[in-house]
Amino acid sequence: MKRELGQQTVFFKNKPKIIGHYSIVGPKEGKGNLREYFSEIEQDDFFGQKTYEKGERVMIERALEGAVKDANLSFDDIKLFLSGDLLNQIISSSYAARKYDIPYAGVFGACSTMAESLALGACLVDGGHFETVACATSSHFSTAERQFRTPLELGSQRPPTSQWTVTGSGADIISSKGSGPIITCATFGKVADFGITDVNNMGAAMAPAAMYTLIAHFKDTKTKPEDYDLILSGDLGKLGSEILIDLMEDKGYKLGLNYKDCGQIIFKRNQNVLMGGSGCGCSATVLNSIVLKKLITGEYKRVLFMATGALLSTLSAQQGESVPGVAHAVVIEGEKNE
Amino acid sequence: MNDWYVYLIVFLTGGTICFIGQILVIKTKMTTARILVTFVLLGVFLQAVGLFDAISQFCKAGINVPIIGFGASLAKGAINAVKSSGILGIFTGGLSACAGGIAAAIFFAFIFGIIFKAKTKKM
Amino acid sequence: MQDEVRNKKYNSYVEAKIAKTHAWPSLFNAFWVGGLICVFGQVCNDLILMWFPSISTQSAWAYTLIIIIFIAALLTGLGVFDKIGAFAGAGTIVPITGFSNSITSPALDFKNEGIIFGMCAKMFIIAGPVIVSGTVASMIVGIIYLFV
Repeated sequence: MKRELGQQTVFFKNKPKIIGHYSIVGPKEGKGNLREYFSEIEQDDFFGQKTYEKGERVMIERALEGAVKDANLSFDDIKLFLSGDLLNQIISSSYAARKYDIPYAGVFGACSTMAESLALGACLVDGGHFETVACATSSHFSTAERQFRTPLELGSQRPPTSQWTVTGSGADIISSKGSGPIITCATFGKVADFGITDVNNMGAAMAPAAMYTLIAHFKDTKTKPEDYDLILSGDLGKLGSEILIDLMEDKGYKLGLNYKDCGQIIFKRNQNVLMGGSGCGCSATVLNSIVLKKLITGEYKRVLFMATGALLSTLSAQQGESVPGVAHAVVIEGEKNE
Repeated sequence: MNDWYVYLIVFLTGGTICFIGQILVIKTKMTTARILVTFVLLGVFLQAVGLFDAISQFCKAGINVPIIGFGASLAKGAINAVKSSGILGIFTGGLSACAGGIAAAIFFAFIFGIIFKAKTKKM
Repeated sequence: MQDEVRNKKYNSYVEAKIAKTHAWPSLFNAFWVGGLICVFGQVCNDLILMWFPSISTQSAWAYTLIIIIFIAALLTGLGVFDKIGAFAGAGTIVPITGFSNSITSPALDFKNEGIIFGMCAKMFIIAGPVIVSGTVASMIVGIIYLFV
């Protein structure tokens, strides 16, 4: 069968479904706006381990196991595990995968990893290459802070444009069989760099990539922003999502009240997170909690989920390079609206 | 014992130096390391041009506790050692004058590093 | 070259978009916390001179700084210093407390990577530049004084 293709968008004919999902978060996120929706809230930042890195690993393992259970499957049914995270050489994902007897392909899209792995997973399932694929990602405040910023106990102030890395992990099981919300199409984004060099202003660095992906998506699918119950960006934060709204308006698209940003909704205003949440876990946990639940109950019928990622490393930042961004989008539709 | 107004001067001068530091943090988005380097170099400069001792007479802890004092004693050590032992003083003077502070910082960091564990920010 | 124009435009747009936060509260906090730390130093210094009158002023300052460094390192270990620092900003960075914190915090953080290559090696990721630049600058001053 020939696949229908837009410029950047892949349309799925065989209805790859999200048949299981799971989200696990740390204590701070557990006090946030979405605390009733998460599958699991862990009060220990170390997740029972000796180091934060090991803790993040355990977080992915628990998310994956939870999702498999949620799908009423066993690990034998999972044919491929797609996962990625923020740490160098995506160790959290790879070390988590070491525990299981399933093929593993690491993906890296910085904070866009959730959308990227969902899009890739849906392609593989839709193409008939795999029947069931697991997608996961995670981020941990303390591991990210150690790697990208300053030691945890350093007494410095966070710049006002900075964001708070979410401690959390989300996992999805995509399958051609079973029931659940359907992934109908995926738009892969191009890397965009508008010359932002401030590593504490990720929202501004990623907003252009988000704009390109959204426009490509609307053109390819011949839809308008109003056609979706929810347009969800990953972790642009307050500043980044305001910029995205401006950029889209410039190009003739008006993002209305149905546009929300995961980074802004996950924490409460008084949680001292400045511009909001960020990290792979931000979009992953929001998608795998409130969004999928509302898709299943039918409150949302059609959601455009777009996660954004800033593709920098500490080295590139120290060498004065600007921060390139990327954004991938998937459309998820509730099963009931057929 | 000093008169009480000395403490007022210390408070005002020390506070002002930190105030200037905070302006640098806000205006230039400087990181901790850059702030520290800037103020150490300022201290070295003040000592080199001979202004530091006069300021120190007046401000006391107001300028000795900020890291400016650290830079100043580096420079002062170098200057004195050059006067007393010539070329060798260039190499030995600075660090030996500050050896106490550096060694203390390293030692306490090592001890507390062994004892304690880094905690996630809870703000 | 079109990109450069676009990037420049975007950067100035973003700069204008960043919500202006009021600087006064943080400046005020830096002022009074920094001031208090200096007063504490002065008190220590005066007490040392009072109890041990035979000590030279230079040694008294050295003892004072060591005491402050000790307290800052302890507060860092207890996980309190980062909270004070987040409140006071430069008020705790500029006094010698910031130097102490900048050595102790990576020591705590990189402990898991081993004592040698973790803790000992990473201790100076922030304080290293301070010691290097201060030492080099003081040596340059020494060279100048050698010839003047």
